Amino acid sequence: MCPQTVRNEAPSDDKRWKIINATMRRNGDDSHALIETLHSVQETFGYLDDVALSYVAKSLRTPLSRVYGVATFYHFFTLKPQGEHSCVVCTGTACHIKGAQALLSAIKGSFGVAPGETTADNKLSVISARCIGSCGLAPAVVIDGNVMGNLSPQTLVARVEREIG
Amino acid sequence: MTRITLTIDGETVQADEGTSLLEVARKAGADIPTLCHNEQLKPHGACRLCTVEVVKGKRTRLVASCAYPVEEGLVVRTSTVEIEKHRKLLVEMLYPTALHLAKRYGITKSRFEAERGDCNLCGLCVNYCREVAHRNVLYFEGRGIDRKVAFVPGKAQECSSCGACFELCSGGFVVTNHGTVSLNERI
Ligand code: SF4
Ligand code: FES
Ligand code: FES
Repeated sequence: MCPQTVRNEAPSDDKRWKIINATMRRNGDDSHALIETLHSVQETFGYLDDVALSYVAKSLRTPLSRVYGVATFYHFFTLKPQGEHSCVVCTGTACHIKGAQALLSAIKGSFGVAPGETTADNKLSVISARCIGSCGLAPAVVIDGNVMGNLSPQTLVARVEREIG
Repeated sequence: MTRITLTIDGETVQADEGTSLLEVARKAGADIPTLCHNEQLKPHGACRLCTVEVVKGKRTRLVASCAYPVEEGLVVRTSTVEIEKHRKLLVEMLYPTALHLAKRYGITKSRFEAERGDCNLCGLCVNYCREVAHRNVLYFEGRGIDRKVAFVPGKAQECSSCGACFELCSGGFVVTNHGTVSLNERI
């Protein structure tokens, strides 16, 4: 018999698993590719669920416990599905001084969500971050990947309302 | 194997290269407290109770002896006023876990608010599960103040045939995953 790498069967016939497989293959299907692979899953599926984590662990021949440890360590990874839109509020030192807490309470007041939560209609996820590197714009917020600065609670709420329609 | 000569508490001792300072010092009779250390496991270096003073050339520093391999010519002191002060503070911060150490240092209350009364994140259970039991059921979830011991979902049944980590834990054998399961109940 000739040696041959047998790929574990993907959890479903969702085409997106091909992207994950490609990432793993590019990294030699080795356990050191764990973070890279989790990034790929996060970007492709939007979050990491138990099925995906088990598949990654099996494919990279690495303990599931390690996969969970890494997935919960980095704030970039989320284990729950995210809303359609995301609003990352910076609570780093500069933004904290410039009123990040007021932004968070305004969001809580208008949309009823605290950091780490998603609205019931799945429209908006709110996340808090520690310094996003835009201290000059404090208080800064990232809405759907776009950095916005010098925000007052009112402008932020108006902005988010416009985004989520 | 290369033999290494060093001085521990004023006495000249010899040890094999690669051995930890903790092991050598204990063999030489030093009474060094530890919490996260276990002979079967790789050094974890979490509790810092095993801190000793090493003098190398002109430099004096405090190091975690469990994770520090012996070095030629090292001068080590395992108990000084500074070290004991340091250890006592650590034990106070661990309170109300690690009560056997609290007793040794005469600590009956703490100035610090306990984040949690059961687990002190020594890592013995997690590391044992991985390194010795080879089951990989436990892991550390999250980071910083959110860090906690957790079960890999669906794997907790495996513990019924092992349970070795119960004996290792100094904190009352409680491990919780999302605040629900506890090893105490022996799953
Ligand atoms: S549950 Fe016990 S053994 Fe495990 S990390 Fe916490 S204190 Fe240490
Ligand atoms: S503190 Fe908010 S961007 Fe640096
Ligand atoms: S025993 Fe050395 S750090 Fe815990």
